[in-house]
Formats: sequence, C-alpha cells, structure tokens
Amino acid sequence: MNQSVRRSNAFIWTWTIFVLVLVYLPIACGALAGLSKSRYFGFPVAAWSTDWWSRAIDSFEVQQIVKTSVAIALIVTVVAVIVAFFGALAFARYDWKGRRLYQKLVLLPIFFPQPVLGLALLLWMNAVGIQPTWQTAIFAHLVWIVPVVTLVIAIQVYGFDPTLEEAAADLGAGRLFVLREITLPILWPGVWSGALFAFLLSWGNFPLSLYTTGADSTVPEWLYAKMVAGYTPMVPAIGTMSTLAAATLLLTGGLILALLRWRAGKVAA
Amino acid sequence: MSELTLPHAEERPTGTRLEARSTPAARKKVSRGLLSSLPVLVVLLLGFLAPLATVAAYAFATPRTFDVFRSFTLINFETIFDPANTVWMSFAWSLGFAAATVVVLAIVAYPIAWGLARVFGRWAGFVSVLFVFPLFVSENVRLYGWTLFFIKNGVLDGTLKLLGGAGPEVLYTPGITLFGMVYVYLPFMLFPMVLGLAMVPKELVEAARDLGASRLMIWREVELPLAMPGIMIGMLLTFVLAVGAVAESKILGGQSVIVATHDIEIAFTYAQNWPLGSALALILTIIVGALSLIALTKLDLDRILGRR
Repeated sequence: MNQSVRRSNAFIWTWTIFVLVLVYLPIACGALAGLSKSRYFGFPVAAWSTDWWSRAIDSFEVQQIVKTSVAIALIVTVVAVIVAFFGALAFARYDWKGRRLYQKLVLLPIFFPQPVLGLALLLWMNAVGIQPTWQTAIFAHLVWIVPVVTLVIAIQVYGFDPTLEEAAADLGAGRLFVLREITLPILWPGVWSGALFAFLLSWGNFPLSLYTTGADSTVPEWLYAKMVAGYTPMVPAIGTMSTLAAATLLLTGGLILALLRWRAGKVAA
Repeated sequence: MSELTLPHAEERPTGTRLEARSTPAARKKVSRGLLSSLPVLVVLLLGFLAPLATVAAYAFATPRTFDVFRSFTLINFETIFDPANTVWMSFAWSLGFAAATVVVLAIVAYPIAWGLARVFGRWAGFVSVLFVFPLFVSENVRLYGWTLFFIKNGVLDGTLKLLGGAGPEVLYTPGITLFGMVYVYLPFMLFPMVLGLAMVPKELVEAARDLGASRLMIWREVELPLAMPGIMIGMLLTFVLAVGAVAESKILGGQSVIVATHDIEIAFTYAQNWPLGSALALILTIIVGALSLIALTKLDLDRILGRR
C-alpha cells in the first residue's frame, strides 16, 4: 500500500515536471532566437549576440508601443481594482436579492472567447460612432479583466469575518473609519493580487487589443504583426523582455503580497 | 387613515425596539449589495451585453451593407446553412478542436491537479505560480516559441540533425493547431480542477479506504463525483475558449485550417460583410452562451469558491 502510494506520487511529480518543462520550452526557444546573431533562426545557435536586444531598446517605435502598453495596463489596473473591489463585496459579502444572478453575470465574460468579444466590441463602437484608439482598448480590457479581478478579490472576501466590521461599528466607529481601519487592511492581500492580475493580464493581452486599439498598437499586437510579416530576431528579443518584465513584476508583487498577508493576519488576530 | 395607523399603534408597544431597527437595516443591506454591484454591472452592460446586442442586430441586416436596425432579413443565415457554401466547415473544425482539447486536457491536467491538491504540500503554491505565470505572457509569443522549436533548422530539427536524423514536419497541420490549443488552455482546465479536488474531504476518502474500498473504487465513487463541479467548470471553460480560439491556427497551423473565429474576422475585415460576420458570431455566441448558462445554473459558486 505504502509503496504504491509512493509510486503514484513519483509518477505525479514526474508528470508535473515534464508538463512544466513543455510549458516553458517555447519561452526558452524565444530567448535563444533573440540572442542569436543571424537574422534567421537556426539551432544550434552558431553565434551569439546581444545586438537585437540593444536595437530593440533603442528603437523609437518600440519605445512608443511599450509606452502605450504600460499606459493601458496602468489605467486598467486602477479602474479594475476599484470597480472589482465593490463588485467582490456584492459577490461574496452582502446577502442581497439579485446576488445569485449577479454572480453568474460576472462569470459570463470569462466564459466567452476573447477574439469574438473583441470583434463584437469593434462592431459596437462602430455602430455608436466611437473611433477605436488605445483608450477604447482600455475599456475592452476592462470587460474581461474586471470579472477576473472581482473573482480574485471575492475569494479573499469569503474568508473575511463580517463580525469584525460589526464589532467596530458597535464600538462607535464610523463607516469610513471601519473601511479604512478594518475592511481594507484585511482585504489588502486580495486587492493586491487583483491589481497584479489586472496589470499582467492587460500587459499580455492580445485578442482584445487586436481589434480595439485602432491605429495604435500594444506590444503583443506589434509582435504579432511582425511575426506575420517582417520577422527579425527583435521579435523574440522583445517577447523575452516582455516575459522578463512580467516575471519581475510577479516576483516583486508576490513579495509584497507575502508582507500584506502577514500584516492582515496581525489585524485579524 | 385611522385604519392605516392602527396596526402601527398596536405594534409599537408589543414589538421590540430591535425589530424596528432591524427592518430598515435589512433593507439597507439589500440595497448595499446592489449598490456595490453597480459599477461592475455598468461595465458588463456597456462592454458585454450591448456589443452582443449589436452583433445580434447586425446579423439580420442586408448582406454587405451597414443598414443595421433599418433592414430585417434572414439571408445571412441562409448563406451559412446553405450546403453549397463551406462556411459550416470552419464551425465543424472549431467544435472538433474544442472537444479534442477538452478530452486531452482532462487527461493531462488531472494528475497535476491531484498533485496540487494532495501531493505537493508546501510546494503546491510554487508549482501553481509556475502554471499561472504563462497566462501573463501573450499567447502569440508562446505559440511563436513553438514555431521556433518545430521549424526547419529549429530547436527540434537542429538537435535531431546533430544525431543524424531529421525533425518531423508537424508545423502548419491541424494536429499542431490542436497541440497549440492544449498548450494555451492548460491553466483554464487545471485550476478549476484543483478547486474541485480541494472540495473532496480527506476523511471521506480515508473512511472509504478503511471500509476496504479499492483505489479505483474510491476514485470512481467518492473523489470523482465530489470533484465534479470543479472538473465541469474546467471542461466548460476550456471548451468555450477553444471554440473561439484563432491564434493557434494562424501561428502554428499556418492557416491550413480556417476556424470559426477566423471566418468571422475575414467577414469583418477583408470581405467587408459585417452582417454575415455578425450572423456567424451570433451562432458562435449562442453555442457558447447556451453551454455556459446550462452549466452555470447548476453550480453553487459560494460553495466552490469557499464561502463559509
């Protein structure tokens, strides 16, 4: 019995590691291609060079699209977190009549193919006469990211003990005071992971941006255009940079999250 | 007037003060929930329901025009369902790809989900992050990495050449498109499955074992049924996302197969036939929407997401 459990655990570990290697294999291939000297990728890499990296960093066009992507992601993060914070309270905290229906409504955009949503948004903007630009892409991102962030924060809200709020109110604390001193500190980890999700999902989003940015371009969109026509090793180089930026952000965010969890634990205790 | 005030006058002495206070408080709670949900509802109304309504309206407009709301015709649907056209082919491919993706992913993800829920212990968080992270890398970048892997003189071909062989020519085939979908949608199957498996109480499994149930029996009679809500969400999510997937067939599949979303995109862009594109999009929306609604009505989200 014990031996069979050990054998099955070994199988599960092996399988998981195998799948993880596959998950990161294409990202590694991109890194290789971005660091090889020749214009066309060949393996094994004959000569290495950081030329494509420096060229990408110096390119004015690339700087422009990075700025657009960062601007979109930042605004999406701020708006999504505020909207989703209250959305999550309605999702998990308050008992109200329409809650069940509301919960299902929130899930619908997640359960919907993004390219089709992007096309539908394009059609709708056109019908009401809005010219698509990077600002409209912010709205398009929100349609998908607000529900995701709502779920992320809601999970934190489910673990929240409402009697803490009530106790503070009974002791005479005002509503704003309760929000600032009790609710927010305890929900901070959820809000923070929600913000992290919002930024990173917006940063990496391709299907929604593709149809809703108009003449502007985000990093994933620009990369796609170059993949289809005009490949240079700058494409995998920028892809790798973008991945590394996301990883750095996730790591920093994770550390801050750990800190917030520890503090929230102190408030709840 | 006096009749209306009478019950109040009677209630006041008998009814407690608490009750009088709790009624408006309860009413306030109801409106507070609705109030907090309002911003989300506005986003969904303007960004989800309104666009879909526009698609539905366009689907009944005269082909190759922009006469939305001014014309009503079923001709777009006739075009789609006309067997002489091959538009239905893209739907058949998309549905087939999606079904295959679900089956393959269920098998690939189950052991990992089980590991995350039961085996990995303190490593579970780290392994989860490793599986979440690719979601933040745009799918076209990741899919392009596979192109670099499989392409002639690429990583696989180059390695095999060193060993005296040659890489298989898998790029630009329907098979690699399916592979790309399985690759991209893995997290969407994995994490709902983990949620599902986390809902199975360990004591129940132990009790079944103590009573002499075999491992297969425990799995079939205890674990699988109890984890089913999570598994169902995973399968549904992967299916609906894969039905609308397009990047995989464009980047890896080299357009060897035109999928449904690609057909919709063609109608919207090159063909400039918005009504036909809308009719296609509407059919896809109905398939996706019907599946999601059926599944979502059966699920208790509070229980799955962990309300106490």
